[in-house]
Amino acid sequence: MTAVRTQSSTTNKVLGYPLNVWYVAAWDKELNRKPMSRKVAGRPLALYRTEDGRAVALADACWHRLAPLSMGKTLGKDQIQCPYHGIVYDSAGRCVSMPAQETINPSATVPSFPVVERHRYVWVWLGDPTKADPELVPDMHQLDSPEWAGDGETIYAPCNFQLVLDNLMDLTHEEFIHSSSIGQEELSESDFVVTHDAGTVTVARWMFNIDAPPFWLKNMRDKFPGFQGKVDRWQIITYRSPSVINIDVGVAKAGTGAFDGDRSQGVNGFVMNAITPESGKSCHYFWAFMRNYRLDSQLITTQLREGVHGVFGEDEAMLTAQQSAIDANPDYEFYNLNIDAGGMWVRRLIERQLESEGRLVPVA
Amino acid sequence: MAATNIEVWQLGKVVEARNIATNIRRIVLEPSQPTRADPGSHIDVMVRIDGHKDKRSYSIVEASEDGTRLVISILRAPLSRGGSLFMHTLKAGDQLEITQPLQNFPLRVGAEQYILLAGGIGITAMINMARILKSLRRDYTLVYAGRSRAAMAYVDELQELHGNNLVVHADDDGTPFNVKTLVASAAADTELYMCGPIRLMDAVRRSWKERELKNSNLRYETFGNSGWYDPEEFIVKVPSLGLEVPVGQGRSMLEALEDAGADMMFDCRKGECGLCEVRILKLQGAIDHRDVFYSTRQKNANERMACCVSRAVTSRTDLMAEASHSGTATVTVEVS
Repeated sequence: MTAVRTQSSTTNKVLGYPLNVWYVAAWDKELNRKPMSRKVAGRPLALYRTEDGRAVALADACWHRLAPLSMGKTLGKDQIQCPYHGIVYDSAGRCVSMPAQETINPSATVPSFPVVERHRYVWVWLGDPTKADPELVPDMHQLDSPEWAGDGETIYAPCNFQLVLDNLMDLTHEEFIHSSSIGQEELSESDFVVTHDAGTVTVARWMFNIDAPPFWLKNMRDKFPGFQGKVDRWQIITYRSPSVINIDVGVAKAGTGAFDGDRSQGVNGFVMNAITPESGKSCHYFWAFMRNYRLDSQLITTQLREGVHGVFGEDEAMLTAQQSAIDANPDYEFYNLNIDAGGMWVRRLIERQLESEGRLVPVA
Repeated sequence: MAATNIEVWQLGKVVEARNIATNIRRIVLEPSQPTRADPGSHIDVMVRIDGHKDKRSYSIVEASEDGTRLVISILRAPLSRGGSLFMHTLKAGDQLEITQPLQNFPLRVGAEQYILLAGGIGITAMINMARILKSLRRDYTLVYAGRSRAAMAYVDELQELHGNNLVVHADDDGTPFNVKTLVASAAADTELYMCGPIRLMDAVRRSWKERELKNSNLRYETFGNSGWYDPEEFIVKVPSLGLEVPVGQGRSMLEALEDAGADMMFDCRKGECGLCEVRILKLQGAIDHRDVFYSTRQKNANERMACCVSRAVTSRTDLMAEASHSGTATVTVEVS
């Protein structure tokens, strides 16, 4: 029998980011003919759409003097022009026009990164392009399924992406950070079950016969006007490699069988989170709240987006403070608790991915 | 994918060196600081010629996933400037200075159809690309053209790996290569990657243009070391500097002028950037334009030349015997 040796995650407070993965670079609505700049996994990108609507991700630095292409303009079918000396590249990053010469230098290219548009997001692959299989894009189908409605936003979080994953994998913090909306003491009192496979980690928690916290009471009353009484509440958190977390959340009238699969007497939401590292100490945190009731109500979509915006603002403040404390206390270790089991499995999967890329080194 | 040209010099240990075809030597290197080598990348090697150091570029034929093992293959050029002769003296156990893999010739994943064209030793740049395209199950054809099968390295291995995706043309077995036929086979979105002698690449460029295929889909790399004519010794005169310098067969005009004390501007030294341009005032003989910087129109005008790679020759004909008897070719230039 072969012994399995696994490196413990306790020594790494924050992690580096894998590259042979799909990251959300932007919402689909963010990209248009006017180039935009966004840094993903340490790499500044110029993002734009071609005339026929295809999303393009080029390195945001002209081959000549590294001027940001995102400050330039799109031309013709699929081209972008450097704002400095007018060098033009096509969507594959190849120079098609050079100033003051009749030929084109064969070296004149900027890196072009594989892009896939799916589930309202533009996904980009920054690692080995020969491994960029669109089938590896994580499932976030609730974002564009006709059975779900909702919307989201992007948070710019000045912290390592791993801290956001930790935050989402352990929702006991809701009791303390989100006490006025979704927090309640049953969260840290109730049991939870952690499972994992090679690419996913799931943390499931059920709370039976409890009072609905304000956020959920409002949602219940949207679906069941005048609702009063106890509820059964669930949170089923699913991480998908490398940094997507979909959280199946909801409450149902107590004792109506939600745990056994009948959620008809409840309200169900999916919190769709994609966390994209920007640098070792910052990330883009794309989230949306999707619901499967009152699908036609834009009012509810807006109210939910604003409600969750408020809740996530509380997380943002804590994550910012946590990164500062990590930076200010380089000698102090993390200590892990039982509630960290989900987050620890996530760390292990990411470490294995980094190891497979030969990149398991601490980030500065 | 990214162009990486930061020269990180390190030691490369020769672990294997053997001849694999007429005048072609395969060398396996173990770099002291291994990094991954993407298809299309090359290493620069510090060669020793008559006691001084000089830099040469060689495509990476094969590399282990982590870059701990790099393979290059070198043709002993009959009119070598000395680099390939040095490389042919290497044997297992030798150490040499090499760079990390450098990338000027990235393979783009995602084209509809690929043609990889290798002329002679140019195959070294194509082997890795072909292997990747095969493993990704892309639509590709590897075209390998040479004078004689005996002088073409890796034919058997490539045949075994690529089967019908490989097309070999050898002049000596009655399957000569035809540029027009090949370019005619390209579909509108085909990307053609090529490496080989300048005549071959130029012919492909012309056919590509005639067919009005997308210029940016024609990909090539030049190390600026092959010309239309054999190199001859010639004279360069720079009246403004009072210089009259012979340019030996194994030297470039840029090097000869530098050696004579001229303060020359240059960058790529492979005929791409145009920075080493000199203005031609007078010419006895013809110019062998070996650069890719000037257009055909500009080359025909013979008003300027890229002195890092281009040379003066006695005559435009191929045959030295037909050279005019006015003596050595002489070019009089003005430098910046």
